[in-house]
Amino acid sequence: MPSALINVPAKAKRGDIIEIKALMSHIMETGYRRTAAGDVVPRDIITSFACRYNGSEIFRAEFFPAIAANPFISFFTVAKESGKFEFEWIGDKGFSETASASITVA
Amino acid sequence: MHDVNPSTRRRFLGLAGSAALCGTVPIVTLRRAEATPAMLASAIRNVVGEADVHTGKVKLDIPPLVENGNTVPLTVSVASPMTADDYVKSIHVFNEKNPQPNIGNFYLGPQSGRAQVSTRIRLADSQKIVAIAQLSDGSFWSTTVDVVVTLAACTEEVL
Repeated sequence: MPSALINVPAKAKRGDIIEIKALMSHIMETGYRRTAAGDVVPRDIITSFACRYNGSEIFRAEFFPAIAANPFISFFTVAKESGKFEFEWIGDKGFSETASASITVA
Repeated sequence: MHDVNPSTRRRFLGLAGSAALCGTVPIVTLRRAEATPAMLASAIRNVVGEADVHTGKVKLDIPPLVENGNTVPLTVSVASPMTADDYVKSIHVFNEKNPQPNIGNFYLGPQSGRAQVSTRIRLADSQKIVAIAQLSDGSFWSTTVDVVVTLAACTEEVL
């Protein structure tokens, strides 16, 4: 069962630059490993991550097999208004997960 | 402890560590998959096109000596005011010797406030890491860091 860890400050002052951290549990199988029988272990990675702040996209990332298992990403944004951050991870084998966090901006 | 030959002990620990890390799937190596400096150069060309890549503005924070290549913390920051008319559009990170030259692409904007991203990456060997930033005026800036890896990520474990 995939699970996400999100870290967004609960409160911020308008105009503050806040850090957002997101981690999704995932094996991030590179597709370059082989079993003892010599078969390639098929690639199974998260290929993209996006974050929306009250509906508009503020950050997007594309991942390659060189991203470590349980991909962690941290980035910044300006706290403009109270609302919701929505996170979305999309990957191989139909992987698609979402998470969200709210912020109160004074 | 004194009668243990240190080189044997180190090798044993190294092998034990590799075995433990790759424990989920037994690994044998049939061929060496490795990006070459030429692949690195072409991956960079795919992003920057014919534009010149300047050195500077970009800072790449990564430990110079990595014990475990399976998870290496990496932070890229770019000196930029991040205003509506002068901001970082994207950050691209590349490596020289993993099976693939790309590591990640990150897309920012003036709403980011600060041009900095962190993640954790895999490194299959001691190698160069290159970070390139595209600014809103279309210019590209880069930096390169050398990293020494003692235990490589499990892409091509020799057991």
